[in-house]
Amino acid sequence: MKESLLHKLTILAESAKYDVSCSSSGTTRSNKAGAIGNTSGWGICHSFTEDGRCVSLLKILLTNFCLFDCAYCVNRRSNDIERVAFTPRELAELTIEFYRRNYIEGLFLSSGVIKSPDHTMEKMLRVVKDLRTLYHFNGYIHMKTIPGASQELVHQAGLYADRLSVNLEIPLEQDLKLLAPEKDHQSVYKPMHYIQQGMVQNLEDRRKFRSAPRFAPAGQSTQIIVGAAKDNDKDILHLSSALYQRQSMKRVYYSGYIPVNTYDKRLPVVKDPCLKRENRLYQADWLMRFYQFNANEILDDKNPYLDLDMDPKLAWAIRHPERFPVDVNTADYATILRIPGVGVKSAKMIIMARKHGRLNLDGLKKIGVVLKRAQYFITNNELSHYTIHEATPEYVKSVLRDTPLLPSPAQQQLSFGFTE
Amino acid sequence: MMSIFYYDKTFDGLLSVVFDAYKIKYFPQALLGEGDVEPMFMERGHTTVTDPNKSDRVWAALCKKLSKQALNHIHHVWQSERPEADYLIFRYIRKVIDSPHSIETDFTDEDVMSMLQLAKKVSKDTMHLIEFVRFQKTKENIFFSPVAPDYNALPLALHHFIDRFADQQWALYDIRRGYGFYYNLQRVEEITLPDENTLINGNINPMLLAEDEQKFQKLWRNYFKAITIVERINKRQQRQHMPARFWHLLPEMQN
Repeated sequence: MKESLLHKLTILAESAKYDVSCSSSGTTRSNKAGAIGNTSGWGICHSFTEDGRCVSLLKILLTNFCLFDCAYCVNRRSNDIERVAFTPRELAELTIEFYRRNYIEGLFLSSGVIKSPDHTMEKMLRVVKDLRTLYHFNGYIHMKTIPGASQELVHQAGLYADRLSVNLEIPLEQDLKLLAPEKDHQSVYKPMHYIQQGMVQNLEDRRKFRSAPRFAPAGQSTQIIVGAAKDNDKDILHLSSALYQRQSMKRVYYSGYIPVNTYDKRLPVVKDPCLKRENRLYQADWLMRFYQFNANEILDDKNPYLDLDMDPKLAWAIRHPERFPVDVNTADYATILRIPGVGVKSAKMIIMARKHGRLNLDGLKKIGVVLKRAQYFITNNELSHYTIHEATPEYVKSVLRDTPLLPSPAQQQLSFGFTE
Repeated sequence: MMSIFYYDKTFDGLLSVVFDAYKIKYFPQALLGEGDVEPMFMERGHTTVTDPNKSDRVWAALCKKLSKQALNHIHHVWQSERPEADYLIFRYIRKVIDSPHSIETDFTDEDVMSMLQLAKKVSKDTMHLIEFVRFQKTKENIFFSPVAPDYNALPLALHHFIDRFADQQWALYDIRRGYGFYYNLQRVEEITLPDENTLINGNINPMLLAEDEQKFQKLWRNYFKAITIVERINKRQQRQHMPARFWHLLPEMQN
């Protein structure tokens, strides 16, 4: 074997690993005659590394040479590390061989910036174009857009890739300027805007000609590094919320900052990556995308940080006892969604099941409602009256937080045996 | 005293049982295969002869009353091969036929819920196949993978592989059940491997592999290691998403 290919793969995978997005969802495309591959729509994971993260795409850099000197990045120009680059052919063949063995769903191509953003985009486009036209690859392709790239190149990328992404990385502009003096938010927002425009234009084209080629059918995503600067959770959530206003923005990823360049004094000293905070941000993100919450409801100026000891939905419910208890047999979907212990799936099942008759506690349990949590927030004629009002928000908080302050409520009056 | 129907333990047979039961207005309390030992207190036995005319009619009736999803669930539960599955399907179909309106969303009904839960398990198993199949290229240019699903889920995953790998020859072989499928670029055929040397301990004989196969496995193993973020090691989560029972078939989990 050409030892150099193995060596390059190792280096360029290691340099790519901090990008968290690995999703392969958003496009359904069946196989075309003479081509290899399809996309499934919901995304498929193929493996899980020791850090518990899913491997769906071959996530790789074309090269780790880079012009920029961003404080938070392993590949910054001032780091003394080995620099290598794939040829387009090497990378295309590797993708195809991995795909044929069912190791991956497709390719996630990123790159360090060589010469200029446009020059880099052209090199990356070569790989993606070759895959689609020479190798007839019909699987999933996610391509990173380089900040500062021109509209023409972004447009071309959208014609070959399923998803495009530009990473915001640092949520507040003043922090970005400090950590990455060569970048500004404009250089990120511009390509984001081009992608948005491309998608809107494409929608119109396809209305006229159904055969018009699709543009980035799986939309765009972005990533925010958490904990590398002074931003708080409220800043981050409001930013995400604004990003989700664009219909092309499918996902915002949060990446707990991992100290890669500890020598740089502009960065905070952290011992462990803030995984709990990252997790809470994802939960809050889900509330905005699937539970009809808006950012203002989750955090405001009085509470700029998410409670690390409680998921944001429970925290909201405890702050708003006046919204409870909810009668699961009559309340509408949006209201049921807000009950702690009820997920999207169980909320939908409740709506469907109650057409057949009144839902009792046993029925809710069968549906998958976590009664240990929900009991303080619902009514139904079986429950003796012990809601968040009688129990008090303080009490509910102390028994339902991740590390309970009170012993198991099993010993307390009026717990219904739903302790675990 | 129990009433019992005998049938050939095929899916069409089960639907024919439903047809017979409604025809003679007599409903079994247990279903047995032909030649099964009969219980001591048997009231009356009926033997159903599988007949596509009967099963088609029952299926057509179900298609009218059930969503596509619920019809899929019936197939999934059947593929579970669990001993209780056939009688569960029978009870479910009875409820569907007897009720004037659709019962498929009555999640408080025990049978509806049992169907849903078992179907979910089988569908998860199918998903695991789609995720964790690892093809190895043989000298004859066939991409081969042994599999060992808990349920008989391979037929349910076939469609995915046919669509995705349309331009390569491949074969999937269920080592637990001793049968598999081979795709020859045109269609899929069912196969059994008569040659004992093809598989060694449930894995393909290394002698049969293409020359560059080891190279790509090595590249993949290396890649897999390189993208791990050491600061975030969380083996519990890895195990949760990728249960250890699949590891013996995954090249990235071999050292």
